[in-house]
Amino acid sequence: MSAVDWPDRLFATLKRAGVRQVGYVPDAGHSRLIERCRADADIRDVVLTTEEEGVALCAGAWLGGQRAALLMQSSGVGNCINMLSLARSCRFPLLMFITMRGEWEEFNPWQVPMGSIVDPVLKLCEVDVYRATKPEEVEGAAERAVQTVFGDERIAAVLLSQQLIGKKVWTK
Amino acid sequence: MSGAKLERRAAMATLVADRGDLLVVPGLGSTTWDLAAAGDDPRNFYLWGAMGGAAMIGLGLALAQASRRVAVITGDGEMLMGLGSLATIGIQRPPNLAVIVFDNGVYGETGMQPSHTQSGVDLMAVAAGCGIGQRFDVRDEKALADLAARIKTFAETLFARVLIAPEELPRVLPLRDGAELKNRFRAALGLKA
Repeated sequence: MSAVDWPDRLFATLKRAGVRQVGYVPDAGHSRLIERCRADADIRDVVLTTEEEGVALCAGAWLGGQRAALLMQSSGVGNCINMLSLARSCRFPLLMFITMRGEWEEFNPWQVPMGSIVDPVLKLCEVDVYRATKPEEVEGAAERAVQTVFGDERIAAVLLSQQLIGKKVWTK
Repeated sequence: MSGAKLERRAAMATLVADRGDLLVVPGLGSTTWDLAAAGDDPRNFYLWGAMGGAAMIGLGLALAQASRRVAVITGDGEMLMGLGSLATIGIQRPPNLAVIVFDNGVYGETGMQPSHTQSGVDLMAVAAGCGIGQRFDVRDEKALADLAARIKTFAETLFARVLIAPEELPRVLPLRDGAELKNRFRAALGLKA
């Protein structure tokens, strides 16, 4: 294996953290992690119609005593803004893994407006933001986020740079 | 939407009477006031915001607490904002989740403006289209009593629409601190606050 298999490392982090529910909107960058979650008997994978549903799902899971995580693409962050008030007002732990678009070798300019403001928008929402650009940085960032979220009952996001995911192939 | 209309405060009181270990998530606004009026309980997770999120909070809770029944009791406006969550619930179908919509066809908190349900949007049909098999259209006291009994015994994802009268009632305000609501709810389930 030439590079660190970061989606598998992320999955291992979720397992060590005892995450039992994973909400997601299907995403190419997260496809391997989603596949691992779907195949795990102890993780309930919940496919969402929009990312904000996942913020509420994670809150409900915590109310019931389970840890949850939310996977999305950068465009989904914009869909979550008001619902993040739920986590902020109630101090719900909220763990998010966000694959970035619109920042590196991006073919689709429509991904840029949201992708370019993900970091400041999340910080305005009192989210602790960690970024991983190289495969070997992913696990460390994820572990820090897990500690922030479940140790301190805070909101944290790990931004997975577009370099990690690679170029989207538009012609076949 | 015509015919008999139930009174919302009485309907809520009927649903949560003798609740056993039922966990209840009301939507922001009127259904939260209705639930507070029926009597405070740490197993009520009142919402003061998060519009469109009530059903999904219920889903996460129902999946985490498989041995207890969860009732989301929200309004038509709040449900309309989270309509996609019915699709999400429709494919998860936890056997211990009930989603009950108090439908009065108006946005009561903002001045009684008409909601989509007043103009033909049918939440029963939406729930059917999302694959929720157990559905109850509650239009009178007898059907309400049946639903009240059923939400303590159901074993399959349930959706109910309760047709209520559009009334402007005095607000009954519950605890407002979100962290305290969360912590006392968890404590009532025996979880670390």
